[in-house]
Amino acid sequence: MDRALLAGLNEERAARRAAVVVTELATGRQRLVREAEVGADPLAAEVEKAIRSGKSGIAQTEAGEVFLNAHLPPARIVSIGAVHISQALAPMAKIAGFDFEIIDPRTAFASEERFPGATLHAEWPEDVLKERPFDPYTAVCVITHDPKIDDFPLFSALQTGCFYIGALGSRKTHAKRVERLKEAGIPQSSIDRIEAPIGADIGAATPGEIAVAILASVIEAFRKRKMFADRRGETEPA
Amino acid sequence: MSEIVTELDVLKTTERWAAEGRRLALATVVETWGSAPRPTGSHLVIDDEGNFEGSVSGGCVEGAVVSEAIDVIAAGEPRMLEFGVADETAWRVGLSCGGRIRVYVEKVN
Repeated sequence: MDRALLAGLNEERAARRAAVVVTELATGRQRLVREAEVGADPLAAEVEKAIRSGKSGIAQTEAGEVFLNAHLPPARIVSIGAVHISQALAPMAKIAGFDFEIIDPRTAFASEERFPGATLHAEWPEDVLKERPFDPYTAVCVITHDPKIDDFPLFSALQTGCFYIGALGSRKTHAKRVERLKEAGIPQSSIDRIEAPIGADIGAATPGEIAVAILASVIEAFRKRKMFADRRGETEPA
Repeated sequence: MSEIVTELDVLKTTERWAAEGRRLALATVVETWGSAPRPTGSHLVIDDEGNFEGSVSGGCVEGAVVSEAIDVIAAGEPRMLEFGVADETAWRVGLSCGGRIRVYVEKVN
């Protein structure tokens, strides 16, 4: 592998963009295909497939065996709200293999003591997202119950096409939320993407159980590749 | 997890080691059959003194990959390695899980 190619690949990975390293196994010839450049690649269909499935593998081509190594951004869960549920979700998310971040401007909630070792942003979502925007490989859980904190990241998650979006609250709370979203001009089809009540319907009651339910939903959305719009039923499949 | 992942990020390690002027090979699982311990795409980076980071089999065949990699660093040409129970050396270097893997080893230039 060429060092320049490696540096380019690591740059894409750091920026949370998908990329595929294509290696002709007979010759050792190699190239980096960035997500934005897939269409121009001679193996566009194969590269596209690798990105969409998240699976690396060998393709048989005219040039013989070609190995496609798909490097996708690691899935992360962002919890809007440093609440009791997030305290349970933080270790569970890590165990399940997700990066985990918490955003909550209330410093009494978003404290190192309550979340030892976690990635904490004790700031307003508006400010954090300027620096670290959501992307399709992000699951967003809004769980503060406070529209002042929850609504902006909810809009942002819908616009970004995050692979999972869940919002905590009773049906009544959610009905009010839906009203606000509609007033803000968010189409019903987008609003329907929000899982509310949040989490798999397993009758979860305690913070720990709700965290399990959330994680189950996040894993399902991740494995069903909901980071792609057509997998969410939003556009026709490519 | 992010901290652990960062430390165990083989491709970042590769870039760092290369920047330090170390001579390296990168091994990649390109194909698996049956119950292979590490998925396709997994990396192991090796320097010419036999130091390594990452895994292609969770420990079963790393020793063999490392010695081949040192040859690859010297020769410069990539090599394809295959390990599995069908291998006659299965009891010395093989996958106890019964799977088979192909590992591509290339020099980092």
